Amino acid sequence: MEYEPVIGLEVHAHLLTNAKIFCRCSTKFGAAPNSHTCPICLGMPGVLPVLNKKVVEYAVKMGLATNCRINDRSVFARKNYFYPDLPKGYQISQYAEPLAEHGRIEIETGDGKKIIGITRIHMEEDAGKLLHDERNPSSYVDLNRTGIPLIEIVSEPDMRSAEEAAAYLKRLHEILVYLEICDGNMEEGSFRCDANVSLRPKGRAAFGIRAELKNMNSFRNVQRAVEYEIERQRHVLDGGGKVIQETRLWDDGQGVTLSMRGKEEAHDYRYFPDPDLVPVEIGKDWIAEIEKTQPELPQEKRERFIREYQISSYDAGVLTASRALADYFEEAARQAGKPKIAANWIMGDILKFLNEDKRSVKDCPILPADLAALIRLIDDGTISGKMAKEIIDVMYKTGKKPGAVIEEKGMVQITDESALAKTITGIIEANPAQVEQYRSGKEKVFGFFVGQVMKATQGKANPKLINDLLKKMLSGS
Amino acid sequence: MELNELTIHELQKKLRAGDTSSTEIVQAVFKRIEAVEPRINAYITLMKDVALADALKADEAVKKGDIRALTGIPIALKDIFCTKGFRTTCGSRILENFIPPYDATIVEKLRQAGAIFTGKTNMDEFAMGSSTETSFFGTTKNPWDLNRIPGGSSGGSAAAVAADECIASLGSDTGGSIRQPAALCGVVGMKPTYGRVSRFGLIAFASSLDQIGPFTKDVEDCAILMNGIAGYDPKESTSIPQDVPDYRSFLSRGIDGWTVGIPKEYFIEGIDAEVSEAVQKAIKCVEGLGAKTMEISLPHTKYCLAVYYIIAPAEASSNLARYDGVKYGYRSPDGQDLLDMYKKSRSEGFGAEVKRRIMLGTYALSSGYYDAYYKKASQVRALIKRDFDDAFKTCDIILTPTTPTPAFNVGEKTGDPLQMYLSDILTISTNLAGIPGISVPCGFTKGGLPVGVQFLAGHLEEGKLLQIAAAYEKNANLEKRRPNL
Ligand SMILES: [Zn+2]
Repeated sequence: MEYEPVIGLEVHAHLLTNAKIFCRCSTKFGAAPNSHTCPICLGMPGVLPVLNKKVVEYAVKMGLATNCRINDRSVFARKNYFYPDLPKGYQISQYAEPLAEHGRIEIETGDGKKIIGITRIHMEEDAGKLLHDERNPSSYVDLNRTGIPLIEIVSEPDMRSAEEAAAYLKRLHEILVYLEICDGNMEEGSFRCDANVSLRPKGRAAFGIRAELKNMNSFRNVQRAVEYEIERQRHVLDGGGKVIQETRLWDDGQGVTLSMRGKEEAHDYRYFPDPDLVPVEIGKDWIAEIEKTQPELPQEKRERFIREYQISSYDAGVLTASRALADYFEEAARQAGKPKIAANWIMGDILKFLNEDKRSVKDCPILPADLAALIRLIDDGTISGKMAKEIIDVMYKTGKKPGAVIEEKGMVQITDESALAKTITGIIEANPAQVEQYRSGKEKVFGFFVGQVMKATQGKANPKLINDLLKKMLSGS
Repeated sequence: MELNELTIHELQKKLRAGDTSSTEIVQAVFKRIEAVEPRINAYITLMKDVALADALKADEAVKKGDIRALTGIPIALKDIFCTKGFRTTCGSRILENFIPPYDATIVEKLRQAGAIFTGKTNMDEFAMGSSTETSFFGTTKNPWDLNRIPGGSSGGSAAAVAADECIASLGSDTGGSIRQPAALCGVVGMKPTYGRVSRFGLIAFASSLDQIGPFTKDVEDCAILMNGIAGYDPKESTSIPQDVPDYRSFLSRGIDGWTVGIPKEYFIEGIDAEVSEAVQKAIKCVEGLGAKTMEISLPHTKYCLAVYYIIAPAEASSNLARYDGVKYGYRSPDGQDLLDMYKKSRSEGFGAEVKRRIMLGTYALSSGYYDAYYKKASQVRALIKRDFDDAFKTCDIILTPTTPTPAFNVGEKTGDPLQMYLSDILTISTNLAGIPGISVPCGFTKGGLPVGVQFLAGHLEEGKLLQIAAAYEKNANLEKRRPNL
């Protein structure tokens, strides 16, 4: 039978606030265990939560960026369960009344564009982390992460392939990072994804039984896990079996999903409104204020780059991969007045340098103004493109301005027509046979003369000038 | 009279006049504690050394002319308030050795106002009870009759004031836990409006109902303590951001021309005849002060107990989840694995009443039951609140008995939880509605047990409560009695 996969994703994103969601503790990653804690995030008796307003602002930003309706009233609820990394015995989350609902974003795959619905976005607190000592049977708990603000973004079950799931995830990631509300670091767990996967016979409306996939800490793993799970379920169904509703963990080493059955009991979280917090009320004025601070989102930026700078859709995609890179490009393009050429230099050279050094564009030793200066020097004939390649290499290594590099290397292009004419005269005189060939119509030998001139001038001559002069002098006029 | 028998305002006068010192007052209090505490058991933890050291400091301050509202006054704290560096048990084995690294906001405020703490008073475990019998630290006895309970859950705080083991005390009231023991011990006890006094550092029983308030020997002291503890606290999200009036300014205003509502649903069968008689006298007294009384109806009263026993246990089941043996508090030494450690720590750490309420609450919140219980109860709660809103459109104050009966015998109701729950029947609605209430002594039974009258007012109308309570107290002409210990 032919099956259609149905995929929905639940994404948890750490918000980049300085303080935790319900106390003033730092959210910085990597501190000594339990050093970023206080009685509130430790769940001590009698303490009370106070909502960090910045968390709401950031969550609203994501809601707006994904075209959600921002609810003027939302309610924190307690999700009750026992676990050592959860000091209060409940997680403060949102349940019946989330912050934002009914959103959508556009993704693009090999099959074209598609809209994926966002069911809801809600705010919640993160739990701590357990550390297990393998040598002696004991566990430790680090509560630094407890209370770090999260938003959970739940999609509609709108995706039909692992490729779509990956595209959706990348799009969400890109938006969060563009909004500067999440660092998007999947390894450190600040961007996490669970996937619900089910199959249904093609053409049928009702959903099949789904499995929930966890433990995928990269885009690639999400795609691989979903692909694996689709195949696994197809195999089960084709064999006359039944898919069970369960949680499965992605095992990266084996490249398979494994059932968590027996490790996790069925939970009744007994959600109810948290009586220690008041409903979150968001006025239209505040939303309007937040809206004003929204940056241009990646999709809009790509479209504008294509339109405004006449670059290809592919180039626009590369150049908008991060807000910093897009800003870098725009600044260089503006100062050089040559967007396409700036794009080529960035994508061909600068990104190569940065990738080799695993450096962010923010730390690039070549400033956009320096790149623009280099482009202008080529443009006005001071240097050749070939020279520029050498210069940009030095610029990246030393952080020097292009003018300084040229001066140091004595790389200035020969643009003095009379001096060049003298050299050409010498070459014409030394190669009468080739001159004869050229004049009899064998224009291919023109390249030979260009090469000779470049050699004689050690590549410093302006190629356009060489061409013009050679043509004139070879034709004998 | 001994110093420990005086009120805050009397002692303040003496301190200002230089007639006594805080050290003398604190010594008098501890002398009394040493004499009667073995029979009463009002305290779980005494803080004598610190109290005496603080008294010396207070005396220094007085010499420098720095006399604040509570300077040098020994006050007892219910053991539900976190006290930095002093163990805070909440009456439970599970917190037997818990020492908080922070003070509750009211503890900070009282300290700021110059108060001295005598110790932490006994209470029903996690404030769940009406008799102080569920405490892990033994029952507190009623100073008026040592065979009887002092009420609860703040029984220790009420008994300590009644027995002059402190000058005043603080308690918490979730369904009557201040007003009921105040009535049964013959002292003044107030539950302020929900959100008026910060809950930060109050160990939660039922977060949407818990409120902190004073136990005092008279109404003026109640106003003084309210001035000390009321006010907005940015550490609590449900705290009311509104200025606090000077509560003392209401005391001498009188109630001429007021309308006092007498809800018919509160004068029902099951109210002890002697209680009824004392309260009727109070009504007459209030009428004599120029107030008009009228019968009113609070039609949803019959649902209060049911609603309360869904909402309070539901919140408690979640609030008490943090006592899991992992981070602090009691951990069973016999846990074989994580789940076993949880089960044993909580089974051994909590008493029977707490476990009963955790189970009730867990059930009420369970999937499939939530709508029928918790959600329905929340809806009815809104109707109960509306009853009061409507009533306060026609009257200034509502007057009721505080409790259906005077103090009952130790052990009398421990075998029948429902009978125990009924002892809060007249106080529970106030917490559900979030409004303030006060219990003021209104006489004694023939057997010499105190009886209390309860006044209720609208949202943030503590001033009105103090106004009528002060007027009533002044004109009731009650016989001055002290428990014979
Ligand atoms: Zn904290």
